[in-house]
Amino acid sequence: MSSQPETLNNETVNAVEITDVSKIFNPGRHNEVKALEGIDLRIGQGDFVTLIGPSGCGKSTLLRLVASLIDASEGTVTVNGKAADRARLDRDYSMVFQRAGLFDWRNVARNIELPLELMGWKAAERRRRSAEMLELVKLSEFARHHPAELSGGMQQRVAIARAMSFDPKLLLMDEPFGALDEMTREHMQNELLRIWSETRITVVFVTHSIPEAVFLSTKIVVMSPRPGRIAAVIDNDLGARSETTRDDPAFFTNVTAVRNALRGDH
Amino acid sequence: MSAAMSAARTLLSSWLPPTVAAVAILGSWEILLALLRPDGFVLPPPTEIASAVAENFDAIVTAITVTGFIVLTGLLAGVMVGVAFALLVTAFRAANETLTPLAVAVNAVPIIALAPIFNAWFGILSPRSNQAVVVVLVFFPVFINTARGLARVSPSQVELMESYGAGKWRIMREVRIPNAMPFFFTALKLATSLAVIAAIVAEYFGGRQDALGNLITTSAGLTRYNDAWAAVLAGSLLGIGLYVLAVALERLAMPWYFTARRSS
Repeated sequence: MSSQPETLNNETVNAVEITDVSKIFNPGRHNEVKALEGIDLRIGQGDFVTLIGPSGCGKSTLLRLVASLIDASEGTVTVNGKAADRARLDRDYSMVFQRAGLFDWRNVARNIELPLELMGWKAAERRRRSAEMLELVKLSEFARHHPAELSGGMQQRVAIARAMSFDPKLLLMDEPFGALDEMTREHMQNELLRIWSETRITVVFVTHSIPEAVFLSTKIVVMSPRPGRIAAVIDNDLGARSETTRDDPAFFTNVTAVRNALRGDH
Repeated sequence: MSAAMSAARTLLSSWLPPTVAAVAILGSWEILLALLRPDGFVLPPPTEIASAVAENFDAIVTAITVTGFIVLTGLLAGVMVGVAFALLVTAFRAANETLTPLAVAVNAVPIIALAPIFNAWFGILSPRSNQAVVVVLVFFPVFINTARGLARVSPSQVELMESYGAGKWRIMREVRIPNAMPFFFTALKLATSLAVIAAIVAEYFGGRQDALGNLITTSAGLTRYNDAWAAVLAGSLLGIGLYVLAVALERLAMPWYFTARRSS
């Protein structure tokens, strides 16, 4: 809101700007925890950025700060040039969690339509959009199924379709494939990259997995714990991905680079 | 053809065991009593209870209607108050801090013991006192279970709604209330049998003279134990009927819940 002129031209405004942010949980109490300290990060439009680090490095906390589900103790977070809270209310972004979090009481199509209902879309337009989204995640024949009838991978695809349904500019994903088996996980990574290249949406993706980070992203933010800090930002330019990318020497070079950064020797 | 056969087989496999069990129990009850010949008022055989039902059919139908009305109205009122309390304590912290201790305190009272006092409030022959006992007894399990269902939602579903900019009431409607449905229906099924017990025991102390509780106490007082057993049977049927009604409502209200259970 403070930077009106810039928001008029989205291409010039960063998708996410995090400036000197720290987060302290339970300040002043015996269980006070400094989760994040001195975080500075710029994420450009159309980037695919992964946040990687060991448990307790604050990567999920950082994602929630961007989503304005929690507030920063210090510093500022802007999304598309707006305060994070404003961006949340404007539905500039959408979230996907580790657990698909589908509503058992809605069928697949109506799960996808949930954000559209909240935004007051008309029923016919919701139907049309959920059908499009089901096509995007290749689940058209499951529109009337209930979530419990789907496998974990299919549920997560529905969650992605739900997240994309209202054309958000930014997708925030918190270990979305963490609960899936390895085969499904690689399949989902391919699907996500296909969707990303078709829509050019900006993605911020939290993960534990080094190969996942290297396969997916254009930029890898390596974090270290206690308190959570950014240890390194690695440009990960592997070009267009395919199944052979996973066997590419450049892929392994970057896996090693991330691993070294995680160990703290860089 | 094969679908019809498999449907028939399903029906058979779900009805056959309880039917066989019922026939076996009633049969051995009848035979044992015929062999041992204890005094009739200890336990009459099923055939005598059945003929007592036939003899007193009109009185029993009236009693079921009268008590059934008390049970149903008391149940409805108790459920409504319980659900209202649950919604209030979930939505407002202040309500939680005042209403929850109050509800716990009310529940700690031996409610059946209030029946004679309620008679003094509402009049010894008024069904109001019986209804009041039912309401108070039904209220608590409905309140506690529903409140638990409203509170125990998946944190990521709430975060998801917040990420869409949804407010407290929208989250209540879209997440908390559907999530509480299975909890509510568990309580409702429990409450149906509680309500019948509460009404009949309350009727022992007062209320309409043609109600089930009164029929049981007067029959027993006149040593007409067969008639008393017939009235007890009528009370069981009332309880079973209400339970089946609650199960039917549950299936109607949340078909998704049974889809989920079937496939997992």
